[in-house]
Amino acid sequence: MRQRVRPFTGRQTGLPYAELVGEKMTVQKNTPLLQTQNLTKRFGSVQALSGVDFNLYPGEVHAVLGENGAGKSTLIKLITGVYRRDAGEILLEGKPIDPQSPHEAQALGISTVYQEINLVPTMSVAENIFLGRQPRRFGFIDMRAANARARALLKTYHLDIDVTRTLSTFSIAVQQIVAIARGVDMSAKILILDEPTASLDAQEVQMLFTVIRALKARGIGILLITHFLDQVYQISDRITVLRNGERVGEHLTAELPKMKLITLMLGRELLSETESSGAERAAVGDAGGAFLRTEGIARRGMLQPIDLSVARGEIVGLAGLLGSGRTETAQLIFGVARSDAGSVQVKGRKVAIGSPRQAVQHGFGMCPEDRKVEGIIADLSVRENIILAMQAKRGWLRALPARKQEEIAQQMIAALHIVTPDSSKPAGELSGGNQQKVILARWLASQPEFLILDEPTRGIDVGAHAEIIHIIKNLCAQGMALLVISSELAEVVDYSHRVVVLRDRQKLTELTGEDISEDNIMRAIAEQ
Amino acid sequence: MRSRAFPLIATFVVFVALYLIGYQRFPAFGTTRVIANFLTDKSFLGIAAVGMTFVIIAGGIDLSVGSVVAFTGVFCALAIGRLGMHPLVAFAVILLIGAAFGAIMGAVIHFYKIPAFIVTLAGMFLARGGAFVLSQESLPIEHSFYELIGDLYYVFPDRGRLTFVAVLFVVVLVVGIVIAHFTRFGRNIYAMGGSRESAANAALLLGVPIGRTTIMVYTLSAVLATLSGIVYSLYTSSGYPRAAVGLELDAIAAVVTGGTLLTGGVGFVAGTFVGVMIQGVIQTYINFDGTLNSWWTKIVIGLLLFLFIIIQKVLTSYRGTFTFRLIPGLSRRAAESKTSASPP
Amino acid sequence: MTDQRTSSTPAPPRPKSSILSSLGRLAAGNRRALFPLLALVLILLGNWLISPSFFSIRVVEGRMLGSIIDIFNRGAPTVLLAIGMTLVIATKGIDLSVGAVIAICGAVAAVLISTTDLSPYVVMLLSVGAGILCGLWNGILVAIFDIQPFIATLILMVVGRGIAQLITEGQIAVFNNPTLEFIGKGTLFGIPFAIILTAIVFVIVYLFIRRTALGLLIESVGANARASYYAGINARLITLMVYVISGICAAIAGLIITTDIKGADANNAGLWLELDAILAVVIGGTLLSGGRFYLALSVIGALIIQSIQTGIFVSGLPPTFNLIVQAVVILAILFLQSEEFRRPFVRAWNRMRKTA
Repeated sequence: MRQRVRPFTGRQTGLPYAELVGEKMTVQKNTPLLQTQNLTKRFGSVQALSGVDFNLYPGEVHAVLGENGAGKSTLIKLITGVYRRDAGEILLEGKPIDPQSPHEAQALGISTVYQEINLVPTMSVAENIFLGRQPRRFGFIDMRAANARARALLKTYHLDIDVTRTLSTFSIAVQQIVAIARGVDMSAKILILDEPTASLDAQEVQMLFTVIRALKARGIGILLITHFLDQVYQISDRITVLRNGERVGEHLTAELPKMKLITLMLGRELLSETESSGAERAAVGDAGGAFLRTEGIARRGMLQPIDLSVARGEIVGLAGLLGSGRTETAQLIFGVARSDAGSVQVKGRKVAIGSPRQAVQHGFGMCPEDRKVEGIIADLSVRENIILAMQAKRGWLRALPARKQEEIAQQMIAALHIVTPDSSKPAGELSGGNQQKVILARWLASQPEFLILDEPTRGIDVGAHAEIIHIIKNLCAQGMALLVISSELAEVVDYSHRVVVLRDRQKLTELTGEDISEDNIMRAIAEQ
Repeated sequence: MRSRAFPLIATFVVFVALYLIGYQRFPAFGTTRVIANFLTDKSFLGIAAVGMTFVIIAGGIDLSVGSVVAFTGVFCALAIGRLGMHPLVAFAVILLIGAAFGAIMGAVIHFYKIPAFIVTLAGMFLARGGAFVLSQESLPIEHSFYELIGDLYYVFPDRGRLTFVAVLFVVVLVVGIVIAHFTRFGRNIYAMGGSRESAANAALLLGVPIGRTTIMVYTLSAVLATLSGIVYSLYTSSGYPRAAVGLELDAIAAVVTGGTLLTGGVGFVAGTFVGVMIQGVIQTYINFDGTLNSWWTKIVIGLLLFLFIIIQKVLTSYRGTFTFRLIPGLSRRAAESKTSASPP
Repeated sequence: MTDQRTSSTPAPPRPKSSILSSLGRLAAGNRRALFPLLALVLILLGNWLISPSFFSIRVVEGRMLGSIIDIFNRGAPTVLLAIGMTLVIATKGIDLSVGAVIAICGAVAAVLISTTDLSPYVVMLLSVGAGILCGLWNGILVAIFDIQPFIATLILMVVGRGIAQLITEGQIAVFNNPTLEFIGKGTLFGIPFAIILTAIVFVIVYLFIRRTALGLLIESVGANARASYYAGINARLITLMVYVISGICAAIAGLIITTDIKGADANNAGLWLELDAILAVVIGGTLLSGGRFYLALSVIGALIIQSIQTGIFVSGLPPTFNLIVQAVVILAILFLQSEEFRRPFVRAWNRMRKTA
């Protein structure tokens, strides 16, 4: 069933909250617990957050959703005093506040629990709960009292554990609840949960949700950030969607269909016809056979078993929301993480790939998602960055002669239009788009047969964007096998011969030929 | 068994085993004379090692202790001998100097983000150089107070002597244990060391005053090193600029064999005591033997150090997979938070 | 220099006369070399002011003598250690054991030459072999067992002198062998052989690092270990190799020191030289955080340290001031390298420029 959804325009909730909610919820008053007005933050040339209004009411779970770079973490960090805002107001129970540090925010009643739990793993549970505010007798810490109080406190969370044991010996879910217990015990009015379920299994998620519901009943306002849409619908009362630093909507969860939520997050509207398949899709036959074929590769806590194949001269797109397992798939294939199940075939022969080095020897290349941390070596020159993978493949003994290096670098700089005064400039001084091209050049110089591109166009300017797409298509035409990950659906639809759709770390479906369209991808993601 | 106490238990087992080996070979090991001598001979090492324990638990290192001991000795000798100060006044002055020295090192480490290893290395040069500038040769200390302290001891029935410095060592040890486990400052040190590697720097988020704690830890270590120098001067009745060379290495070895993790966050002052006693047993055994080169002490200590570092490695690498090890902070979140902190 | 690197947007090209801009680029490119070289020249000039005969070189019995020759000759062991240490530090590591390795290798050479009939050349090889073993030990602990370099090399630092003592059986092993002594005492074309040997080692290491891809890979691993891993670099092998090279350099330094005094002193040979070597590397501009390294500038750094020591010596100050002066120099350099320390000055400078 295809429908046309009316274009969605920014601010929706001019209405007072009570009207929006009706009588459904009785706990709330009219004033929000936490309010941000026109919150704005800039980092250099990047507008991280522009004019965001956000309201959190007592006793509700308010989910903040958005793709990478939408501004979720900036919003949290402004509220908790990690960053200073450029403009706007933060109101706590109607009064303006200006926390200078997370500690100050905590004192005001805003507690945050991060995914990588902000506790000390080497200390006991009780010590973690009372760190910095231990009960004392005659000036000395009374550990017995602390233990007793910690035990009693955790009982209210239905957690009956040995509080004297080291925190790191407990599961992530328990650590998560300990962190929440500490935060709430320090008089929290607001609890911010940043990706709390990212490393929990299904049962642990329910355990955590029980706790969240109990806190909700106590009138605590909970701001939830998560990638898991199913969980959003299970636990949240309201949803705010951010995109590119702007708020694109605030809705009651019950009134926001999943399909519409996805269109909001991705910034696309559903169209009645699929018209985006402008490029003729030459059906890539299996004539040459698949270059790469994976059968059920998986890793616990990272990715469900996945089957995938990529042929020469074929672009396979990996689509899905943030956290759906796209990058994880690429990492398993490239050997960054070892898969604990399944098998990989290269050109029909079974191979074992346990490290990027082995992957490179099989003719793989990968432009990772995080350019700064995993890709570019900022201190080294453009030339050195370009020849690095090629050199690693040759081994340390057979150095590329300086003239050859320069020749390759110049070739790549010309071919990819890398804007740099010369090849000896430190790569870290180039713009984002040019850095991306340098990493691309690094792999092209190593003459791979198969290239994985993880978000190749993120965070680069429009011109470079178009050029990189052009390069991708060219490489494919020259017979390279490509696996491309992108959040830009239009882009994926544009160049892919096949699209694999992921959600919740598993493969949902594979679209081919005429079926490849933004609509179909979004529908696949939204499907129950 | 992955309990926090495991390294401590291992240390204790090693100590008992070494002691029994010694006792079996030389029955004199069972007398209070030998046992009391352990305490006396190792008192200055022990006091310095207690300070080192705190620094290592906090995730740092202090290489300056041996030099501080030497400087203290020379300073005391000059202050008492040349300036005619009363030893107690000289002690007070040098303890203040030591505290300031440690506080400055801590402040440089915290505010200028220079690795502790390098800052305390410079401190080591400064203190040792200072000692040499004050005097080039050994200075004897002759003062009635020193004789008084020297005569202060308790004699056990079998003529073992519990000296003043041995008692002082035990007192420092007890105070150290109390600070480590029963004060907020002590727990903050553990929290700081235990969360140093975590992406969000938990200790900061939990409200641990990082700067103050860092400065105080290095101050504590320097004060204890100074006290150790005072004990050394009492013990030898002299001040010598070449004294206690490499003491910091022995102290680090005692701390590590005592079950404190070099990565910070886990450790026991009591374990350090056992670590110091292990060194005492080894040294006594080699002395008694007479045929063994005294350098065997260093070698055995080094081997124990190696053994315990390997034990630590096994205990802390719970993930164990090679792929995850080589690349720091593989988790996507860590990378994400890094990029959001400094957008392109 | 780093504020330029951290700014994300490249500076807009300024239309200036081409000569000026190219001169500016030249200065920027060599600024790194300029600072240590200038320091060395200033210190030498200072020495000359203290002692006007500082630069004079006499030839006595075919052997050059003079303070300058002395600096090179006495500085040779530190220079050798600094060469190895530079590579180790470039991988984000540190090698505390080199002083102990000097003692071990010196002891091996002295004991073998005085108690066996081995040819002095075989003895030299065996001594260097001992250095390789020490380097392998360190490298395996760091690269395979993944122990922090500081800790891993601390073990050998503690044990090494004990091992050397065992080899020499607690004595200062004295020997008499003209071939072996030539390393430390001989002269070639009037120049002390230790200087020539050090120069040869420098050239060999330099070629080994720069003619193979090792140098590039070391810098890559040190600058961004994770990105290097993604690029398919075998970081473990690279790390292992730098510790072995450091061990070899220490062994040769040990040979020079031992043959110079015709005896192996397990207690004092190379004592605290590891600290001089680290300092030399830091003065040369290689950062302790790894990445780019500057072999030649580390050599300059080692010469600076030796010049200070020689300067103190010729000035008549007690040599005990060495440590204090070194501490002050190391602190000054560390402060200059610390971004936190520079920040207020950079801000003040920018404010001045704005108001001007």
